[in-house]
Amino acid sequence: MQTVPVTAGLFTLGAAASLLAASCVACARWHFPASPDCPYCSADGCETRAVSGGATLWLYTGVRNRPPGYAGEVPFGFGVVELAEGLRIVTRLTEADPAALRAGMAMRFVVAPLHVDSEGRQVCTYAFAPGEAP
Amino acid sequence: MHLCLRAGGGAVNIGVEIAGVGMHAFGRFDGLTVTQLGVAAVKQALADAGVPRGGFQAAFCGTVYSGVAAGHKVLTALGMSGAPIVNVEAGCASGGAALGLGVEAIRSGRCDTVLVFGIEKMPKGIIRSSFFEPWREEAGLAVTPAYFALRAQRLMRDSDVTREQLAAVSVKNHANGVANPYAMFRKPLTLAQVLDSPVVCEPLTLYMLCSPNEGAAAVVLRRTKGAAAGRVVVRAAALRSHLPGSVLGEHTPMSGLLDDDLPSPTELAARAAYEDAGIGPEDLQVVEVQDTDAGRELLSCEELGLCAKGGAGRLVAERRSEMGGPLPVNPSGGLLSKGEPLGASALGQIVELYWQLRGEAGARQVPGARLALGHTVGRGANASVVLLEGR
Repeated sequence: MQTVPVTAGLFTLGAAASLLAASCVACARWHFPASPDCPYCSADGCETRAVSGGATLWLYTGVRNRPPGYAGEVPFGFGVVELAEGLRIVTRLTEADPAALRAGMAMRFVVAPLHVDSEGRQVCTYAFAPGEAP
Repeated sequence: MHLCLRAGGGAVNIGVEIAGVGMHAFGRFDGLTVTQLGVAAVKQALADAGVPRGGFQAAFCGTVYSGVAAGHKVLTALGMSGAPIVNVEAGCASGGAALGLGVEAIRSGRCDTVLVFGIEKMPKGIIRSSFFEPWREEAGLAVTPAYFALRAQRLMRDSDVTREQLAAVSVKNHANGVANPYAMFRKPLTLAQVLDSPVVCEPLTLYMLCSPNEGAAAVVLRRTKGAAAGRVVVRAAALRSHLPGSVLGEHTPMSGLLDDDLPSPTELAARAAYEDAGIGPEDLQVVEVQDTDAGRELLSCEELGLCAKGGAGRLVAERRSEMGGPLPVNPSGGLLSKGEPLGASALGQIVELYWQLRGEAGARQVPGARLALGHTVGRGANASVVLLEGR
């Protein structure tokens, strides 16, 4: 089955799949999703790069009821992770049960399946799973 | 409203008073259009103020979901068009933003009397917002109560707030709402009922979240002349948006920095309003704050300086914000009890505070209330802080 991202520019697919973020040439701070314009200092010319994929869990909850516009499975995990790059990212979590999570635990970037679209393709998104990055 | 931060401070009498108010109850009204809700509130406010047809020089309408020229439709139905009508969208703070524009129109000398109203008819269930790109909905990253839950978890961690204390906020507001004929939910809830209601997103249960609904509120503003007793004066009406950098907040970005020292939009608006009015949180007797969820009320209290940073748990434990406490918060029942019609919610607070300051709030009356604060914060992010004084 062909795999497609939920939208372009968030992450790369394949054996070396990685999350993409942008680093500002002026203030050196990172943002996600990557844009040429820095959302902190307004400079343009931010550079898109793969981030390390290692993170720690900051905040987490679970979504139990199917929200509008969402085509994946419920329940699913939802939270904020902190990347080594000094960036906090809003993300799906592969663990849907908050009782199985704790603040500060090691998390790693994964590509997670969402749903199969009308053309029979597997739509996927970025997510974080408990565990150390390889 | 001041559109830029002003240097210095000190007491400023901006010379604008509330001449009259009107309100359509907040709830579900299947047979009524949003225009009809607005007509009811506007008619009541104009009658209350004794302002005739043609008696206002501008109108500002706060709304989010009502579509094109929604305020125009209300005044067209009443045969009261002709003056400038401006529709204002600033998320949950739309009504506060509209009020600020009305105050400014009078302060500029351009208007003597301004009509400000807010109207809304929300879809049922989780608020769906065009604010989110479709892929964010598709990926499960646009679930508003899940964002509230993360914020509540952070508050529990930073401010020693327990799950029971979150529930206590909801119990307090539902108890207050029993006495409010304009509220949607008028039944008291027990702590156990709130804690045992279905979990929406941990730690938030169903009864810790407000319900989007329908309603309208209207306020007539007038240039203050003379010094008659019984009037309610607008001391400040500040609106601020978020600063870049934080990941949690009503601007709901996808990322942010490890920077917890940034002031929130509520803190920015509160600072501006206190400075404009030359007063501080210690001077207030009654407050209405954004309580989209129980955690939001407690965070609002910290951001507005009603308790210390990190002091929300103690605020609840000491029952300081309950009726009869030193500073009652949300005597109207708040959004948890009234429900939240986005464009109308901020002006609903102003109407309640007007009644409080005039001693007309009936069983909800906070005795001796003289200085009041109304606060809303929502999508954008936008935060509005209004300070009113009864004389």
